[in-house]
Amino acid sequence: MDVRRIDAEQITSVVRKMFMDMNYYIGEDILSALKKAKENEKSQTAKDVLSQLIENHHIASEEEIPICQDTGMAVLFVEYGDHVVVENGSFNEAVQEGVRQAYVDGYLRKSVVDDPVFDRINTKDNTPAIIYTEIVSGDKIHILGGCKGFGSENMSAIKMLTPSAGPEGVRNFILDTVKYAGPNPCPPIVVGVGIGGTFEKAAMLAKKATLRPIDTSNPDKRYAELEDDLLTEINKTGFGPAGLGGVCTALGVNIETYPTHIAGMPVAVNICCHAARHKETVI
Amino acid sequence: MKKIKLPLTDDVIKELHAGESVLISGSVITGRDAAHKRLYELIEKGEPLPISIKGEVIYYVGPAPAKPGHAVGPAGPTSSYRMDKYTPALLDRGLKGMIGKGARSSEVIASMIKNGVVYFGAIGGAAALISKSIKSAEILAYEDLGTEAVYRFQIEDFPAIVVIDSYGNSALANT
Repeated sequence: MDVRRIDAEQITSVVRKMFMDMNYYIGEDILSALKKAKENEKSQTAKDVLSQLIENHHIASEEEIPICQDTGMAVLFVEYGDHVVVENGSFNEAVQEGVRQAYVDGYLRKSVVDDPVFDRINTKDNTPAIIYTEIVSGDKIHILGGCKGFGSENMSAIKMLTPSAGPEGVRNFILDTVKYAGPNPCPPIVVGVGIGGTFEKAAMLAKKATLRPIDTSNPDKRYAELEDDLLTEINKTGFGPAGLGGVCTALGVNIETYPTHIAGMPVAVNICCHAARHKETVI
Repeated sequence: MKKIKLPLTDDVIKELHAGESVLISGSVITGRDAAHKRLYELIEKGEPLPISIKGEVIYYVGPAPAKPGHAVGPAGPTSSYRMDKYTPALLDRGLKGMIGKGARSSEVIASMIKNGVVYFGAIGGAAALISKSIKSAEILAYEDLGTEAVYRFQIEDFPAIVVIDSYGNSALANT
């Protein structure tokens, strides 16, 4: 395979468009799930909340303004083909520049502070983005990006379960996390679950799970069943849209897994609000 | 739907009950994490605040930038519980209403009952829609905080729900 040369500017412009688009246009999977949820709700308040959310998406896409004022922190999962050479700049800086331009030019909120504990000074362009890069074979760059709001991020949790906990332990931890979050993460939520790997791998898988369309299932039937079962159980909690009561607390549960150690069974639960914004692209 | 004109009077607050949908018009101040921290630290030191909070309603929000021709960018509520630590001190100094989303601590609810205060919820994530009921925005204090600055918003028929009333009743499920 020949080396493929990609100009840094092209990467910047692709990333810029991804982050602007994801903030204005919600995915069809979320929009149709909100409409279906509205049909299923009995209470007028729950129906009204869902109507407002659906109308909000129409306004955002028509006017090209953000769906939510919390336009999040940018997270990108990159599969970088080992035959790609970036010219006229570095890959990482090209991505950061794309995020910077999207947030500055696209009227997106700048929500990132430089130091987490002491200074907390806004970086004013929403950088740095968080970039997870994996080298794969090939001559393409695959980018999966999301912008993660923190109302729901703050409600996320990780637990180092051990093997004897079994599927029941996994199930209980996920349900407990959702119940603890209650009305705070802007329900109806999308629940991203990462199981296996190490401490940090589980958390990364959970983030990646929130970026998967909710009308897809885990390819392993056992996990697909666990996704369905958890969705049913979560929707029995009764929190409902905006936490004001109802039968739709979650729109979807996505589970991603990875092999793990003989002694472990880490489980991470990354909660995402109903504005589950993500885009995928290949350069 | 019940229409409310600000500023809130004690009589109006007494007639508001958890679960009621309302449309709010008038003037509110905004503030979220960083502004609350600063206001609280001034109160702790016994120093004067840069804004008057007596009789005001505060909206927990950090708006997105306004596009040209828009009064304000998308401006939905942020999670209220993060303000809980600072809230009783503000209620003791005359704040009469709050607009946010999600649950409040038992300390905040006790202080709401003591001070006759109402907590409204706006719909989290409906930021583009909500911004249509915000007619103007001007910075009152802490401009250096950017989106976290304290603004004065003029709102008209702002859609909200009484989430916790001045009697401590809550419209949130499982509370």
